Amino acid sequence: MAKDTGTTTHVAAGELLVATGLQKRFGTTYAVRGIDLRVKAGEVLGFLGPNGAGKSTSMRMVTGYLEPTAGTITLCGVNLLTHPIEAKRTFGYLPEGAPAYPEMTVEEFLAFVAAARGYSGSEARDRVEGVIERVHLQGVRRKSFETLSKGYKRRTGLAQALMHDPRILILDEPTDGLDPNQKHEVRELIRDLGKDRAVVLSTHILEEVEAVCTRAMVINHGSVVFDGTPAEMESKAPAHITKNRMDHVFRMLTTGDRATLHAKHAKGARR
Amino acid sequence: MSAPTTTRAARIYVIFAREFRAYFATPLAAVFLVIFLFLAGLFTFNIGSLYERNQADLRPFFQFVPWLFLLILPAISMRLWAEERRTGTIELLVTLPFALADLVVGKFLAAWAFATVAIALTLPLWGTLAWLGDPDHGTLCTGYLATILLAGFMLSVGSLISAWTKNQVIAFVLSVALLFIIMLLGYPAALDVVASFAPRGVIEALASTSALTHFDGLMRGVVDLRDVLYFTLGISIFLWLNVAVIDWKKSD
Repeated sequence: MAKDTGTTTHVAAGELLVATGLQKRFGTTYAVRGIDLRVKAGEVLGFLGPNGAGKSTSMRMVTGYLEPTAGTITLCGVNLLTHPIEAKRTFGYLPEGAPAYPEMTVEEFLAFVAAARGYSGSEARDRVEGVIERVHLQGVRRKSFETLSKGYKRRTGLAQALMHDPRILILDEPTDGLDPNQKHEVRELIRDLGKDRAVVLSTHILEEVEAVCTRAMVINHGSVVFDGTPAEMESKAPAHITKNRMDHVFRMLTTGDRATLHAKHAKGARR
Repeated sequence: MSAPTTTRAARIYVIFAREFRAYFATPLAAVFLVIFLFLAGLFTFNIGSLYERNQADLRPFFQFVPWLFLLILPAISMRLWAEERRTGTIELLVTLPFALADLVVGKFLAAWAFATVAIALTLPLWGTLAWLGDPDHGTLCTGYLATILLAGFMLSVGSLISAWTKNQVIAFVLSVALLFIIMLLGYPAALDVVASFAPRGVIEALASTSALTHFDGLMRGVVDLRDVLYFTLGISIFLWLNVAVIDWKKSD
């Protein structure tokens, strides 16, 4: 069965997010086939891969939305599969597309999340004020979510994820739909948050990985095909490539012959 | 720092409060209440001939209310989960520190509370009777209790159906269809058809599964624990199924 509740996962010091042997099967096809994820405080992990590679599915398992077919998930030392509610207190999550209730105002929505996180009274108000300030939502706080621009929607989703000042942040495409200024702002914020937290973010923008991530992980067809620093990833590109070296490596890793790439990265992959 | 711990009751309340307020966020709630009251009045006075009967009871109202509910309660329950899945907010809800059961119960209670508000707005009918005649207040009490229980039962069915689909309109139509079958089983005219070929035992079994049979008993002022149990057990079963369906449909 799905839950591997009997075994206790080994968690090394400083590791906030630990997932081992993560698998997800939909019907007969595997969306994720055996991913190991270990993220320490102070790490910003860029989760890369083509559409349908299993990025969102992996994030959905780590956040307790989908139950893994196999594997263990430990968040801040709490087993997600046996203690879901306790484990869900440890992280903030920005789901794909930054969903929120269309008819609620930004303020109302954030107040709801604060209540859901167990805050009440003045503390709830302070929390809401805090995140509104942190991601600069002052100007739209009384607007209903459905009327917001894509950028403000994304920022509202980010504000919601930061409500309880979590030790772990899981962000599915946090800068999607933002203009260059907003992108810069959110990247600054993520870099800042990543100093003492474990951050996992998925993105299609490879320059973003270089800009904010301390570590990059590329998955393809549900398996990890690269795990290392952005610099290490870039160095995989042949010397004659001078422009968009990251993109070149990404294509190398996610198209063509996977078997040889596996062999190539099997050794030096994990840091 | 990790967030504070929460009790199950507190978590259910958070969901309940958001959901209940959401009903009033649009003019839809007002429109709904007006239509409900208008139809309730029409059925009671014009079609049910409350005055002409010259009896101080609300039999006309209670006899029509299940059929009114059939068309109107699915409109309350249709959005509960379908909307959540359409906008993707279900992913947010499930990954917040809630158990699925908290979400299902909180949402159901909000829908039930809204229906109870609508039912409470018909209380002037009771006042009218008390002013014009000398009604049996006990019977009226059980009648209203039956009405509220029936509403909860029908909403739990509607909530389950809503969890099945992303489309509110489909949720509405399917809920009406399923509730119609559940109600028809207790309707003498429908049972007569079955009676022409099925043995008596089957008829009685069918009738006893119908919400209408149990509603009628309570409406007449006979408080049979089995009728109350039927509704509460029914609600529990449908909510339990609701949790299972949401868990299963998440991976779509």
